[in-house]
Amino acid sequence: MNFFKLIYNGAVKENPTFVLLLGLCPTLGTTGSASTGMSMGLATMGVLICSNAAISALKSLIPDKVRIPAFIVVIASFVTILQLVMKAYLPALNESLGIFIPLIVVNCILLGRAEAFASRNSVISSVADGIGIGFGFTVALTLLGAVREFLGTGRIFGLEIYPENYGALVFVLAPGAFIALGFLIALFNRLKNRSQSC
Amino acid sequence: MLIYLSIIITAIFVNNIVLAQFLGICPFIGVSKKLSSAVGMGGAVTFVMVLATTVTWLLQNFILVPLHLEFMQTIVFILVIAALVQMLEIVLKKIAPALYLSLGVFLPLITTNCAVLGVAILVTQKDFNLAQSIVYAFSTAIGFTLALTIFAGIREQLSLVEVPEAMRGVPIALVVAGLLAMAFMGFAGISIG
Repeated sequence: MNFFKLIYNGAVKENPTFVLLLGLCPTLGTTGSASTGMSMGLATMGVLICSNAAISALKSLIPDKVRIPAFIVVIASFVTILQLVMKAYLPALNESLGIFIPLIVVNCILLGRAEAFASRNSVISSVADGIGIGFGFTVALTLLGAVREFLGTGRIFGLEIYPENYGALVFVLAPGAFIALGFLIALFNRLKNRSQSC
Repeated sequence: MLIYLSIIITAIFVNNIVLAQFLGICPFIGVSKKLSSAVGMGGAVTFVMVLATTVTWLLQNFILVPLHLEFMQTIVFILVIAALVQMLEIVLKKIAPALYLSLGVFLPLITTNCAVLGVAILVTQKDFNLAQSIVYAFSTAIGFTLALTIFAGIREQLSLVEVPEAMRGVPIALVVAGLLAMAFMGFAGISIG
């Protein structure tokens, strides 16, 4: 398997947010600004790469019948490590992402990749898959965060583009998250249909 | 008594778990195409959420905190919830087959419903006592069911409407959810006690 092909596959063809519609809770909940969205994406990507590698290394040791609980324990262990590291070194970020850090455990992307990919492939291609899917997730979250931050406050990554008074605050609040994601998925669908018909 | 009323109103309307806190979006989008399955999912979530919150609250306060193992919270909670759902499925099948038939299909889906784990963690963060935690879990689940049922009702109508091709399915559903969230923002000013 080609390493880069796997990454491209994860980031574009099987983009977890826009194509597979997985992990929507953190996608909506942490994208009030581009930087929090990106941090959440990177945190998830870190856990995904580690859990993919560990599960694929352990795949011959895990009995088939208890594989799902075993996967969950592996994922939960890495999430706990991440929680402790973030509490120690990035307390402010930990505070702003809040409950969504422990909730990485129930992100369907992680269990989905463990079941569909890591439990069947070698460690190296599982890591590549983790990087690809994690990258796709990070891009999606950053994009959604940037769109919401831009429409809501006139900034991207805190950089002022237009004065804040002209922003539609609703995009930073809950309803804007749903609406912005809806339109982004529609845009992605449109681009995909067009590239297929050409 | 006022604090319980405040918890109930806040959890159902002001801080609705789906529309304001973004937990449990997967079933909200996935199981909302038909009104009947939305009601079934809501019932199953209510059942599991109250049970799971009670068990995890007891575990947290009588085992994890005395032993200084709070950092194990995530692992313990998710395992307990997964085990609980499995057990519930077996018990329901034996004791109440009718209830099992109506809730059964939704039970396995609940393990990965982040609302259940989310509420279990939230009550430990908010330092609720046991009674408050149970009331909070129950009213949160009612809020979830309410949002899911309203959304399913709208989507049943929506499937009859002509929508631009790229917007069909999930995108238009998300936009509708956004409008619903906007309606729920009207409750934001309410505060009791």
